[in-house]
Formats: sequence, structure tokens, C-alpha cells
Amino acid sequence: MSRDRAILGHVYFWAFMLYMLLPLLVMMGAAFNDSKLPTVVPWRGFTWRWFVDLAADDDMWRSFRNSILVALAVVALAVPIGTAAAIVINSVGGRYRAGLYGVMVAPVLAPGIVIGISTVLFWNATGNAVGADGVAFFGRGLHLATLGQVSYIAAYVMLLVLARLQSFDPGLEEAALDLGANHGQVLRRILLPHLYPAIGASAAIAFFQSLENFNVTLFTRGGENTLTVYVFSKVRAGITPTINALAFLLIMVTLALALVYEINRRRRARVEAAREAEARRAEAAMI
Amino acid sequence: MGDLIRRYGRGLTGLFVLLVVFWVLVLVILPNVAMFEQSFRPYIPVVEIGGPNDFYSFRNYAKIFDGVVDTSILGIPVTLPIHIKAFLDTLIFSALVTLLTLILAYPLAYFLAKVASPKSLPTLVLLLFIPMWVSEALRAFAWYVILTFNGPLNAVLKGLGLIDQGVRWQNGVFTAYDAIVVVLVYCYVLFMLFPIYTSITSLDTNQIEAAEDLGSTWWRTHLRVVIPHAKPGIASGCVMVFMLSAGSLLVPTVVGSTRANWFPQTIYSWFNDALDWNTGAAYSMIFLLVCILFIIGMMRIFRVKLSDIAK
Repeated sequence: MSRDRAILGHVYFWAFMLYMLLPLLVMMGAAFNDSKLPTVVPWRGFTWRWFVDLAADDDMWRSFRNSILVALAVVALAVPIGTAAAIVINSVGGRYRAGLYGVMVAPVLAPGIVIGISTVLFWNATGNAVGADGVAFFGRGLHLATLGQVSYIAAYVMLLVLARLQSFDPGLEEAALDLGANHGQVLRRILLPHLYPAIGASAAIAFFQSLENFNVTLFTRGGENTLTVYVFSKVRAGITPTINALAFLLIMVTLALALVYEINRRRRARVEAAREAEARRAEAAMI
Repeated sequence: MGDLIRRYGRGLTGLFVLLVVFWVLVLVILPNVAMFEQSFRPYIPVVEIGGPNDFYSFRNYAKIFDGVVDTSILGIPVTLPIHIKAFLDTLIFSALVTLLTLILAYPLAYFLAKVASPKSLPTLVLLLFIPMWVSEALRAFAWYVILTFNGPLNAVLKGLGLIDQGVRWQNGVFTAYDAIVVVLVYCYVLFMLFPIYTSITSLDTNQIEAAEDLGSTWWRTHLRVVIPHAKPGIASGCVMVFMLSAGSLLVPTVVGSTRANWFPQTIYSWFNDALDWNTGAAYSMIFLLVCILFIIGMMRIFRVKLSDIAK
């Protein structure tokens, strides 16, 4: 009975994986088809020309650069904000905590287009209030895209760091203070080292969330493109297989990252297993 | 707060509070206040702002009742304003997407949490993460390639002799929203999978075995033991998928037909084509309000807290 269930489960899992990956494979395959439309049928022969076209596309490179810049700015803002928010909310008790928590996580659940529109309207109104200089300074552009993205990405950072804070022993800070450490040292030497894994993970998540973002960016970007918006506008206005070439490259990068992660994990697991075996042997030898 | 000052001093605590205030006030609360305020103001030339024509009214909100057409919802003929129709369609088909992802994801989540061997589990989870790391724009585009008239889906079906002529999938076979629903399910099913998987993992396997030993049938075990335990995960997944689907602008634009109108597309066209930001703001307010009501409703139905949903 339970064997049948395991087999059924495996079949379902691999069918699901096929469902997840097949569309991506079809899209990647179309990058090599010598046809003006992005398709795999009819197959008109193998070509690299869409990759050559892609490399020559200045708009793509500009969007790519913009995406990276925005993502770095988002990390630089969202990580300190989210970490500070986690520390603050961890020390706030009682009825304020639920309210503050609600306001902080609300942007995660809010539709991206609402975040985008409200960000544009607010900074536009601020710009109008300041005057002619303000209109240009607070107008739409990549800086507004950054601020809009930070408003919800900071919440992911906050949630991750807050989870890590639960395993922190505040007694360590007390001890450091008693032993004469100053406030800066307590933060730098005691609290932050404990939070580093969560901060590192949240920086990576913030970076990729920003690269992925479409809804907020579309409203706030002004005249500039990011890579996601570039793909979208290409798909909408006459498609060429250069998008498939781009998709092929991006998916390859994703696969490479996943592979590196998996190899690392297996090596760590092996080291862990070896250490455990060693400990068991030592224990057996003692008896 | 006093505790923070004792640990980190006035300077650092001040910095923490400043960062939090900047986020909560400047990036979250004030933009929404601005949207609320401007949704009641008319769309007028800049020179008239502050003039006699600039007064608060519900006119922007009333625009949603303009343009009454004869149409149908789920096959039932109705006479509705065109934007209300887009709004209702968006809610109905987002609910359908949520239901379909739940049906697809639950067995898989159970398999990963309780059936798959613990040794191969990290590899399986990583495999599932790979499609999630590919951007939504590309995943929607992948389906565009598949569904297009001269695409592989029609070619395969013709090759198998199932159809004689190509089908225009993007126009829809059953409803105008078929393609959108299929692609939204594909894009967001993993957002349903992971919360449910996490919540089933924390269920003690002994409970399932006890139920089985006592003669419970498999569906009864799921109904009475597994699903009640997985409730926070299911609620979280449902809220995420519904919100993402209803708020999606990219998928309906890439794979939708001209007959299908998703509410975010309506908002975007007010904003981008009509350049009427005020009406766009009013529509966003309506949309946001319904989203908030939906989340509160889900929290009531599943009896979960906000901290269970947003994880």
C-alpha cells in the first residue's frame, strides 16, 4: 500500500516537473530556430543569429544595466531598513506590535500595481509642492522604481531577520555591556554576527526580487527600461527570437547557480556525515 | 524602547527608529494617503489645479459605472458596465486559478513532506525552485510561444490527428480567459506549494499512522488529520495566489485576447493611455479595498492570523 503510494507520488512529482520545465525548454529551443517568429515548428535549421542580434541590441544592454543598478540600490536600502525594523519590532510589546507588524507586512500582500501608482502619486505631489525643481527631481524614473520596490522588499528582509532574532540570546549583550563594551561594539560584535546568515540570505532575496519586479517598475520607471519591462515591451510589440536567446541565457545562469548550490550542499552533507561517523567511532572506542 | 536604548545607546536606537519611520511613513503610509486624496480630485490641466474646478467629488469612482454593455458572466447573459464586468471576471477567474493551484499543489506538498525520502528531498525542492527563479515575464512568454497559432501545441495536436485545423488558443475555447487562467496557474502554483509543504512538514507522522491503524480511509485521514493541520499553509497559499493572479498585469497582456479584460489592465489604461491618474487612483482604491476585504475574509474563514499568512 505505502509502496504504491510512493510510486504514485514519484510519478506525480516528475509529471509536475515536466509541466514546469517543458514550456521553458520549448522557449529555449526556439532561440536556435532559423525562423523570424519565435517558434519551434516548423524547424528551419539551427542558427546562432538571434544571439548575435541580442548582443548587438543596445536597448537590452541598457535595460540590463538599469536592472542591476536598481537591484543594488534596493539591497542597499531594504537590508538596513528591514534589519532595523526587525530589531525594533522585536523589542516592541503589547498592542502596538500587532499594528506595526500589520503595516510592515501589508505591502507584501498589496497588489504591485497599487504600490506603483501610490508611489508615483505621492512623489509627484511632493514634487509639485516643492516647485519646478521638485517636479524633475521627484518625477518618475529609476529612483522611484527603487523606492517603490523597497517598500515591500524591506518586509521580506524584516521577516527573515525577525525569525533569526528568535534564536538570539539577549544575555550575551548584557554580558558584553557588563564587561565594558560600548553600544557600537554590542551591535557589531554580538548582534550582527548572529544575524549575518539571515542578512545574507535576505540580501540575495532582495536582489532577485528586484530583478523580477514588473508591476511596481512599470508604473514608476518613467522613460527607462529594466530587463523585465524590456522583455514585456518586446513581447508586446512584434516579437523576435532574440527574446528567446535572452531567455536561454538567463535560464542557463539560473541552472548554473542551482548546480553550484547543490554541489555545495552535497559536500557539506558529506562532511557532516563523515564527522558523525568519526564521533560514533570515537564513542565506540571509549566503551 | 527603553530596552533598545540601554543596549544600543541613543544614537543607534535613533538610527533604527529613523529607518523604520522612513519605511513605514514615507514609503508605505503617505503614498497610500496621497492615492486616497487624489482619487477624489478631478483630472484637470495643471494651471487649473487649486482653481474653481479643483474640488473633491466621487466622480472618478462613478466612472466605473459608465459604458453599460450586454455581455455574459459564466454563460449567464447580463447587462453590466464594462469595467464592472472586467472587475467581476478578474475576481471569478482569480478564484478559479486559486482553486486549480490548490488541487495541483496539495498532493505534491504531501508527497514532498511525508512520502519522499528525506535524503533526496533537498534535491527535489531545489528542482522545483528552478522554474520559480525564472522571471514571470519569460514564463508567460514561454506560454505565448506554445499557444500561438503556428505554435507547437497546434502542431502536436494536428500531428496526433486530434484536430484538423489550428485552434486560436489565446482567444479561448471555453471562455475568453482560458489562456490567462492556464498561464496564471503555471506561474503561481509554486506559491501555493511551498506554504502547504511547510505546514504539512510540521505534522507528526505518527498521527497519520495512528489514523490509518485505527482503520481510517486515506481520504478521511486527509480530511480529518492532514488538512486541518495544514490550514495556515493552505490559507497563506490561497491568499498569495489570489492576490498575485488578481493583480497580474503581465500575464493577461502577454497571453490574453482582446476579448479578455483583466482589471489591472483597466487601471493601467487609465494611467498610461488616458493619462488620467486621478481615475486610475480611484480604481486602485476600489481594487485595494476588495483585496483587503478578501484577506480579512480568508483570515476569518481559516481562523488564522496575519503572521500566519505573511511568512
